[in-house]
Amino acid sequence: MSEYVLIVGATSSIARQLAGCLARRRTNLILAGRDGDDLARTAADLRLRFDIRVETAAFDALDFDSHAEFFESCASRGAAGLSGVAFCVGLLDEAETAGELSAVRRMIDVNYTSAVSILERAAEYLQKRRRGWICAVSSVAGDRGRQSNYLYGSAKGALSVYLQGLRNRLAPDGVSVITVKPGCVDTAMTFGMDRLPLLASPERVAADMDRGIQRRRSVVYSPWFWRPIMTAIRLIPEPIFQRMKL
Amino acid sequence: MSTRHEPTDVVQTHPAPTARPVRGVERTLAGWSNYDRQACQVYRPEKVAELRRVVAGAPQDSVLSRGAGRSYNDAALNGGGGVLLHARLNRLLDFDPASGELKCEAGATFGEIIDFALPRGWFPSVTPGTKFVTVGGAIAADVHGKNHHQDGSFASCVASFRLLTADGRELICSRSQHSDAFWGTLGGMGLTGVVLDARLSLKPAPTAYLAVEHRRAENLDQALDEFAAHDHRFAYSVAWIDCLAKGKALGRSILMRGRHAPLNDLPRELVDSPRELECRRKRSVPFYLPQGLLNRWTVQAFNSLYYRVHRDQRAIVHYDSFFYPLDSVLHWNRIYGRQGFIQYQAAFPVASSRRGVAALLEKLAGLGAASFLAVLKSFGPGNASPLSFSLQGHTLALDLPWRRDLPELMRELDELVLRYDGRTYLAKNPRLSRTAFEAMYPETERFRRIKNELDPQHRFSSSLARRLGLTEAARTAVRAA
Repeated sequence: MSEYVLIVGATSSIARQLAGCLARRRTNLILAGRDGDDLARTAADLRLRFDIRVETAAFDALDFDSHAEFFESCASRGAAGLSGVAFCVGLLDEAETAGELSAVRRMIDVNYTSAVSILERAAEYLQKRRRGWICAVSSVAGDRGRQSNYLYGSAKGALSVYLQGLRNRLAPDGVSVITVKPGCVDTAMTFGMDRLPLLASPERVAADMDRGIQRRRSVVYSPWFWRPIMTAIRLIPEPIFQRMKL
Repeated sequence: MSTRHEPTDVVQTHPAPTARPVRGVERTLAGWSNYDRQACQVYRPEKVAELRRVVAGAPQDSVLSRGAGRSYNDAALNGGGGVLLHARLNRLLDFDPASGELKCEAGATFGEIIDFALPRGWFPSVTPGTKFVTVGGAIAADVHGKNHHQDGSFASCVASFRLLTADGRELICSRSQHSDAFWGTLGGMGLTGVVLDARLSLKPAPTAYLAVEHRRAENLDQALDEFAAHDHRFAYSVAWIDCLAKGKALGRSILMRGRHAPLNDLPRELVDSPRELECRRKRSVPFYLPQGLLNRWTVQAFNSLYYRVHRDQRAIVHYDSFFYPLDSVLHWNRIYGRQGFIQYQAAFPVASSRRGVAALLEKLAGLGAASFLAVLKSFGPGNASPLSFSLQGHTLALDLPWRRDLPELMRELDELVLRYDGRTYLAKNPRLSRTAFEAMYPETERFRRIKNELDPQHRFSSSLARRLGLTEAARTAVRAA
């Protein structure tokens, strides 16, 4: 079998670690992202360490016109096609999202619109094959809007709802959809934001993701303790929540 | 696709202005001995493009690459400046299973290399005493291992590396190409640029084990004679030395020498998995131990016991316990308490090494300065690096717990070392003065010239560089202007 797994947004630190987890299980990979040099380096590393096939593909989340051709070319890479798609694109930048609407829109497009654009195609593809999985990185920030990051949270919340619906749609076809909701992760995105609570390593999140994929879970919180935390936060009545500073 | 030889340098333009700035964060960093602590602006790029952005655009006056932070002093500190962490730039890029040449990013550690190479029958040709060190750090300090007497320092296994310079160029440096930059960077303490990736030649290792011989020497003379007579038979050779022994027992030591064990030397129970990576669980020192727990009496008791229980013997030993005995105790630096300690290492040339080592030992024994771990070894020939530590002769390494008169004591030790034409290791000595440094390293001026050539604005600097005056204009260049 030489099926591939497509990792979109493969230069992120979580995606790199996920690629390592999948490679360890001897899965062939297509790494897609914007920084071709960086993808080539990660691909070389995975090939050497795990003796698997790794290919790279250029992907720009905001170049929507290119997405159809991009997915098409990835799906036709190997004779056996794709067995799964992991969507790891994400953008969080307080400075950018604070002011201008154009920056906010860009953030929403990266986090949400591009996910829909790619995963709709992936869904159609896997639905025909009647097997496989889709896994996307959402965020605990999407579970309840909070003043500290509701713009980012709203995009991730939309993504979570989208994945929920997609899971519902694909269930009869035997295609699993796994929503991953990490808390604060020690990535380039968060580096320098001092004293984030309960910071998790990308290795940890990727391992949780990988386990979720293997067990075909629906929603994976990573680390696990975010599930009770977010459940509690969701249960706070709105009048009280309004007076809280979260 | 990988190309085995990069023929030419890459000249890249600086990143597009639309690219997001890379975020830095202020952190207090320390060397491994916890002696100096300084606030630095820390960056942790995850891509080479980000790294280039930091070098080009970080608002600080200067930046410095920091590997694993295992140097003992201020070599990996840049107080008030920028510090680049390489933790996420640690990928393996190419490997030739026929020649054993490995290309990897500078943030890869020896541990990561061993995990990859040993199951394939290879091992780092030169390794320092901890596998948590990065390749970039090993190049910057031109580290050495227990095989210096045969194989030289780390430089001897570096075929080439790619150096990002202050003006954004990427130079492929080797013995034949940009050789000044090559030798200036090896041992250059990170001041010439940022090493992006390197090609290293590994050595064949049939098993994960070493055939080791222990032999006691009653005093320094015996130890040095033993080195001279038999070092050529052993790939690896060091002596644990009791720094508190005095008089006739001055320099009493246990020589520990070995070579990679071939498969048919292994006992039956090991033959089934001859390249086992893990030898035992890691332990950690969870908190700083009380100041003064290690004092002359406790260490003396330990040393005497240690010397007595070591009989002359042969054994098959796992590489982890032979090369990296302290790595199995994570955060071992905390045993010296919060105030930290000093690592001190001196090398003496052949002509004066016997007298130099003896004088240093006498001085330490007289002070009752308890060194928990002291190591003696012989050095083979040095190399063409202007700042490399190694010179043919003998070297003595030890650690000293913090004490009130330490700065003064360090100065006395430096003077003593100089009296015997010796030098101290730049990655260790935290108090070396500029005058003493220039006397110990006669090629300092050559280094300054190379640095000025590559980095005239001194974009790359460190606390150590400023302490030793390495970021100043070369005198000859100034005169010419």
